[in-house]
Amino acid sequence: MAAKTPEHINEDLLRPLSGTSARYWIVFGCLVAVVAAAIGAFGWQVYHGIGVAGIRRPVFWGFYITNFVFWIGLSHAGTLISAILRLANATWRRPITRCAEVITVFALLIGATFPVVHLGRPWLAFWLFPYPSERGIWPNIRSPLLWDFFAINTYLLGSVTFLLLPMIPDFALIRDRATGGKKKIYTALSLGWCGSPRQWHRLEKAMQIMAVAIIPVAVSVHSIVSWDFAMAPVPMWHSTIFAPYFVAGAIFSGIAALIIAMACLRKLLHLEEYLLPIHFENLGKLLLVMSLLWVYFVFAERLTTWYGNESSEMAVFWLTQTGSYSPLFWTMVTCNFLIPFPLLAIKKFRTITGCVIASIGIVIGMWLERFLIIVPSLSHKYLPYSWGTYRPTWVEITITVGTFAAMALLYMLFSKFVPIISVWELKWGQHQEPERDPVLLREDEEATA
Amino acid sequence: MAHQWGMVIDLDRCTGCEACVVACHAENNISTVGEDEAARGRAKHWIRVERYYEGEFPDVKTKFMPVLCQQCDAAPCEPVCPTFASYHTSEGLNGQVYNRCIGTRYCANACPYNVRFFNFYNPAWEKPLHLQLNPDVSVRSVGVMEKCTFCVQRIKAGEIQAAAEKRVVKDGEIQPACVQSCPTKAMVFGDLSDPQSEVSRLARSNRATKLLGELGTLPKVTYLQRDSWHGGEDS
Repeated sequence: MAAKTPEHINEDLLRPLSGTSARYWIVFGCLVAVVAAAIGAFGWQVYHGIGVAGIRRPVFWGFYITNFVFWIGLSHAGTLISAILRLANATWRRPITRCAEVITVFALLIGATFPVVHLGRPWLAFWLFPYPSERGIWPNIRSPLLWDFFAINTYLLGSVTFLLLPMIPDFALIRDRATGGKKKIYTALSLGWCGSPRQWHRLEKAMQIMAVAIIPVAVSVHSIVSWDFAMAPVPMWHSTIFAPYFVAGAIFSGIAALIIAMACLRKLLHLEEYLLPIHFENLGKLLLVMSLLWVYFVFAERLTTWYGNESSEMAVFWLTQTGSYSPLFWTMVTCNFLIPFPLLAIKKFRTITGCVIASIGIVIGMWLERFLIIVPSLSHKYLPYSWGTYRPTWVEITITVGTFAAMALLYMLFSKFVPIISVWELKWGQHQEPERDPVLLREDEEATA
Repeated sequence: MAHQWGMVIDLDRCTGCEACVVACHAENNISTVGEDEAARGRAKHWIRVERYYEGEFPDVKTKFMPVLCQQCDAAPCEPVCPTFASYHTSEGLNGQVYNRCIGTRYCANACPYNVRFFNFYNPAWEKPLHLQLNPDVSVRSVGVMEKCTFCVQRIKAGEIQAAAEKRVVKDGEIQPACVQSCPTKAMVFGDLSDPQSEVSRLARSNRATKLLGELGTLPKVTYLQRDSWHGGEDS
């Protein structure tokens, strides 16, 4: 079999954009139903009051803030990984950068809804915006929530730009092959792209600038999310380790989400010849490093707390190690380390299936990690008289499930309108460095076999 | 110099009768939430009497400690509020502007004393109880945080009265509802910026201590430890 010609690539990667199967519509309908249920649950909460959620004194933050941290964390999949791989000039990155960047944008959009969903008076959320108002006050810049507001908006703006820039040549490609209304839309989206050397040069320059700029922004976002907790004098929150701990956890869960998304795309869009075992293998190695880093952070945090033996911190410490939250804690350790470590460390298991199993565990484990950071600390603050507990209600559970459905739904829609693998970057890679391109290499192996 | 309102609570005098709790509810229009909601931890008591037990049954001793907003000078609740609903007044009170509150509940998480209370639903009073609402205190809506104000409406009324009569506020003239209702006079309220006031004098007692003072929140409520805790005659 000869190397894939540009026509082949066009055909394979643009195929999902034309026509949808019955199966697609069934899955689509189910996801829409779940998302609608979640929106309905939020409407119910707005109508009756935030009391329909399970939060109570003293656990004033529960599932909603867990979801917020989880989804913002997941968003580090994309842009950060993709930017680092671009700067490191890792050629194998080409087919996966766009899948990763899309996760970032959608996970951020989902995560950013939670600061509004969890408000007691969500209809006043716009008071967080700095605008000259009749009330005569600006938002309080000392509040970490305001830092969040700016960090998340900056990251969203940056990652949307980072996603859109390399889509321009692909929009132009679709434009050239489309007719009618579709052509009009893609003409507008491709911003007059004609493929002149000057345009290519500018695109490359812009991508380089964005790749460098997005990394500090991504790091700052999850540091600031961690400071929502670390700035408050709450046992086990008030810790200097939180910012790097959160950033590492974010990248950890992000890579796991990317592997799951890639495995789904590979099966559903028949991209077996583009998303290769080598991609999973390489991401699996990265995931292994992050898993070890995560265990290191947890160990460092727990050891210093235990050795310090401060009474209010120890109350929370034992609550999670051996107390009522310990089943969740040890499930988290199992999901984030005990299962992924052998799967990813032993070469024989580091297959696509192995990586996906590890990744599913990690996504569950990282959600639990966010929950275990937030809830046990709040339930056991200083004065034992006002210790409390927390149970979510159906409203919070529905909204949580709805976010996962929303992610899948947005991803499905995106893959119908934009090639999920960057067509021009793939061709560019084959043209520039055919000897290093995994897609070509594999075909060479097949040809010689 | 601006007043610095403070309180002293003598734990030797507190009998745990909870008259302060009832008076506070009546004065400040604090709605009750019903049995089920209270069981879920959603009861609102701006002042509560914490009970701690010492010893094994049947030889048990109960220790009472009224806990209300400590009106900290370095209050963890204040900087975290994104809308300035929680802010420091010139008289050292932790103000809570209900109209500015959007309900992030960050202040309540940051408060080490757990003295902030959230309106999970709109408050309701069975008729005719709505007629006994205090017209000097605003009723809080759903989604809004609330807490002890040191009865700021009484403080303001006292200051306005004194200004109208062109005199200074007399020591003991202003009393929050809890202080006024305490049958054993366990609570004393006054101006900490006046070294001669009773509250200042008591705050200098060698029994004086601050609740969770090690956190550096600089509370303006001072507790007078039970002598029995120091092996006094009560023990």
